[in-house]
Amino acid sequence: MTTSVYASPARKSVLEQKQRSERRKLMLYGAFFVIALIAPYVVYPVFLMKILCFALFAVAFNLLLGYVGLLSFGHAAFLATGGYTTGYLLSTYSGLTPELAILAGTSASTLLGLGFGLLAIRRQGIYFAMITLALAQLVFFFYVQSSFTGGEDGLHGIPRGKLLGVINLADNLAMYYFVLAVFVFGFAVVHRMVHSPYGHVLKAIKENEPRATSLGYNVDRYKLVAFVISAALAGLAGSVKTIVFQLASLNDAHWHMSGEVVLMTLVGGVGTLLGPVVGAAFVVSLEHQLAQSALGDWVNVILGVIFILCVLMFRAGIIGEFQKFYKKNFK
Amino acid sequence: MSMIFGVPIAVLSGQLLLGLINGAFYALLSLGLAVIFGLLKIINFAHGAFYMLGALCTVVLFNTLGVNYWVALILAPLIVGVVGVLIEFFLLRKIANEDHIYSLLLTFGLALVIQGVLTNIYGVSGLRYPIPEVFRGGVNLGFMFLPYYRAWVIVAALVVCIGTWFMIEKTKLGSYLRAGTENSQLMQAFGINVPLLVSLTYGFGVMLAAFAGVLAAPIYSVTPVMGANILIIVFAVVVIGGMGSILGAVITGLAMGIIEGLTKVFYPEASSTVIFLVMVLVLLVRPSGLFGKEA
Repeated sequence: MTTSVYASPARKSVLEQKQRSERRKLMLYGAFFVIALIAPYVVYPVFLMKILCFALFAVAFNLLLGYVGLLSFGHAAFLATGGYTTGYLLSTYSGLTPELAILAGTSASTLLGLGFGLLAIRRQGIYFAMITLALAQLVFFFYVQSSFTGGEDGLHGIPRGKLLGVINLADNLAMYYFVLAVFVFGFAVVHRMVHSPYGHVLKAIKENEPRATSLGYNVDRYKLVAFVISAALAGLAGSVKTIVFQLASLNDAHWHMSGEVVLMTLVGGVGTLLGPVVGAAFVVSLEHQLAQSALGDWVNVILGVIFILCVLMFRAGIIGEFQKFYKKNFK
Repeated sequence: MSMIFGVPIAVLSGQLLLGLINGAFYALLSLGLAVIFGLLKIINFAHGAFYMLGALCTVVLFNTLGVNYWVALILAPLIVGVVGVLIEFFLLRKIANEDHIYSLLLTFGLALVIQGVLTNIYGVSGLRYPIPEVFRGGVNLGFMFLPYYRAWVIVAALVVCIGTWFMIEKTKLGSYLRAGTENSQLMQAFGINVPLLVSLTYGFGVMLAAFAGVLAAPIYSVTPVMGANILIIVFAVVVIGGMGSILGAVITGLAMGIIEGLTKVFYPEASSTVIFLVMVLVLLVRPSGLFGKEA
């Protein structure tokens, strides 16, 4: 009689509904992609690239907070490690192509992520945030004192180089499409992860860790893998960002940056795929606008107020609130 | 000059004293964090901002109203404590039933706002506060020179730490606090006003931070960002010690200060990172912390 369960009309309609919502989602992603393809002809490409880099950074961060429930307050370390490694290699070895430098930067932050992860997952809950913050501060001081980072001055005038030795990235449009490709790759990785059986185990750990353990899952290993992938993608974002702006500085390693990525994710919607992207676009645009206005000195205050308002009133974030609204009115 | 481990004793003991003073601040701050964590189960990311508020309050009260050090020592923590109670009542309480991550993020946002506003008013260059008359000068101990004020900081911090320990472990109020840490719902059922207790606890934890700020005002440069960096160190101290015990927090704080001081003598390059390295070591060897009970 088991076959009848699958053949039942109720089950069929559920499946159909699921397919329909999947199709709608694909259409939404498609629309976003088309907009992203046209955007550099309308908006200044460097600004768009900044958004894409931070969006990838936030997507990587959200993999942990949104899908495993781990709040990392040290993600700046991965952004900076990717950036410094890529920047140092490109400015030291003139023959090096950017994709290899990016690969090196991503590998470096992956390794760092492995180290952070092994230490931080030894404690749970609230300690996790403190440990990652302290470890990132350790990395920050390391970069302040190291000579290869240029200390307080940072690295400037990093050459963009030729992608695969062929495509000249000095051209902003070429650079933009490369950054877009990298972003789509990172987004696809997270999308695939979240919807895989592995991603479902992560969600189970988030919902109820003791139960996941009792079901026989090696919870620590799952957390570690998620942490390392998140660190790798954050490093990828940092590497690409360094090439875009041709500079790597201590700003990227500062705890402030770790806080900013939390804010981007929170504003956009924790635990939604598009949330961090929208949040990054929001925060980057806001900072851009504020920097040019009379309120330039008040950026931190305004970010802090947004933090407080989000926590008190819009915990679901822009995308989350939109989803709630959509479900209530159109379903 | 007599030497020890190839270092003049005067240099060594001088750095040890500086380390002990830093340690006293770490102890006071981690104690406040532990008290707040015990009942509210949140990590107060605004703790550094309250420390800074205590110091800034002292300077501003002196510059505008001529309030002297001793009055400020009481008044500044009280003012900041009231601010803390108000923040608990109007903000933190609203999300007490949500995931604790949100309270943490709220206090982080608060710290950004407090620091940002005050930076715009007072700048980052640092305000000076004179060492109070009584504590000018110092005494020569033979092997080192001990400024009176530095001795006072250590004594005052220790007295407050031990007083806090006594209050929590030995008094009726403290027993409520400990009971609330175990099971606040049950305690509410016994007719104790838990929401009030939570407000007061947050206020008290914040007062400890502000008290440390007042002590710091005459010896450190007072700036709106002075709390941010010390807070991250204190987080590492808390991870090392674990938040399970009050004496543990105090001992760990002092010990980390001393280790930092010693590092300044023997390997200055690592002095800013040594506490984080100790944290890494402790996480490897004893993940629950030196005095921690839970994992």
